[in-house]
Amino acid sequence: MSRTLVLDTADEAVAGIEDGSTVLISGFGLAGMPFDLIDALIRQGAKDLTIVSNNAGNGEIGLAALLKAGRVRKVICSFPRQADSYVFDGLYRAGKLALEVVPQGTLAERLRAAGAGIGAFFCPTGVGTPLAEGKETRVLGDRTYVLEYPIAGDVALIGAFKGDTLGNLVYRKTARNFGPVMATAARTVVVQVNEVVPTGSLDPEAVITPGIYVDRLVAVPARRYIVEGA
Amino acid sequence: MAVNNSSPKDHSATIEHTGRGPLTADELAALIARNIPAGSYVNLGIGQPTRVADHLHPSSGIVLHTENGMLGMGPAAAGGQVDPDLINAGKLPVTELPGAAYFHHADSFAMMRGGHLDVCVLGAFQVSVTGDLANWHTGERDAIPAVGGAMDLAIGAKDVYVMMTLFTKDGAPKVVPACTYPLTGVRCVTRIYTDLAVLDVTPHGLVARETFGASIAELQARLNITMDTP
Repeated sequence: MSRTLVLDTADEAVAGIEDGSTVLISGFGLAGMPFDLIDALIRQGAKDLTIVSNNAGNGEIGLAALLKAGRVRKVICSFPRQADSYVFDGLYRAGKLALEVVPQGTLAERLRAAGAGIGAFFCPTGVGTPLAEGKETRVLGDRTYVLEYPIAGDVALIGAFKGDTLGNLVYRKTARNFGPVMATAARTVVVQVNEVVPTGSLDPEAVITPGIYVDRLVAVPARRYIVEGA
Repeated sequence: MAVNNSSPKDHSATIEHTGRGPLTADELAALIARNIPAGSYVNLGIGQPTRVADHLHPSSGIVLHTENGMLGMGPAAAGGQVDPDLINAGKLPVTELPGAAYFHHADSFAMMRGGHLDVCVLGAFQVSVTGDLANWHTGERDAIPAVGGAMDLAIGAKDVYVMMTLFTKDGAPKVVPACTYPLTGVRCVTRIYTDLAVLDVTPHGLVARETFGASIAELQARLNITMDTP
């Protein structure tokens, strides 16, 4: 992949996302969610999207706003139902959204596998539960495992803390969550950070996502929210 | 080994607190906190299990893990401590303790799945006598499924403690011969903490460690299952 493009606006950063794309969106609840990239994606207009994210939106901001705008066909997530997930709940109950529920660790590992060139893996999570129904299993040693396949994105939208002009990223506290694995798992990786700093000013020992994974970077002022329980 | 109901059984190895109990949720949380070995790495599930943290003494050296990428989680944040980038699995603001560490989601769940956590404490709808756990789905047709990290925790931690009431509000047993709700994990629960009894799940069946406000004989009759004594 080519060198990271540092762009001036979130609208430039999401340009070219096509209808029907699979879009990975970082965040756990609202921590680490790339609000400005999502808002730009709503303006950009891509539709029939498959969204991969841990949750399915809170209130009417971020991912919930994208759902409300009617751009999403399917959500792949671990935990859609939350205290304030009413936008998702309504669309799902009305039959307007497909849902694939994946155990949270399996979701992370399927993304990791996609980014790491792994064709599939045997995972002990979910064995004997409805989420493993119809899936291939294998007994290895004294344990049963389920065969799980990678989840790759056409695009990843990621919220990080700081990036340098080569695209090296650092995150902040539990807002890191899915960012580092999603950054490896999509063809085009778009990142919003609070601040773009000159190359050489991040401690190389502290870089979490190396710039090789990052295609587009944009600095936007921090917008951070707290969920009222979930 | 089943208890023979037709002849008197020596329950002397089990502590039957017939004059004290049932335990309140807070008393149960305190009991669990006392039973977690010093120095353990522990994950507390969303809801009631979170209360266990209130009873952990700092000198115990117990380190709390939160699935969204942190070890060394501190108490709930209040006022000026609230940081939207620092939340727990329930998406509520928390604090960090000295020695805390952050990591991404694939690492956080590798930590669980890989057997590195000593104890997790989970809520439950039902637990079977063989340790099957049902805690993510009531099976109702119109319910929105949401699993989060429950399946990963259930099969990952070295010891899986369940914290719940022994009966539903309607009086139905929650420790059952076989779960009727969709499973979270198979043969994964090692100990069941309830308001009326603490039960170990062993290869030979349930073993009653303590009872509160009821005798073993009464509980066996109400549950219609047999349990052994230590």
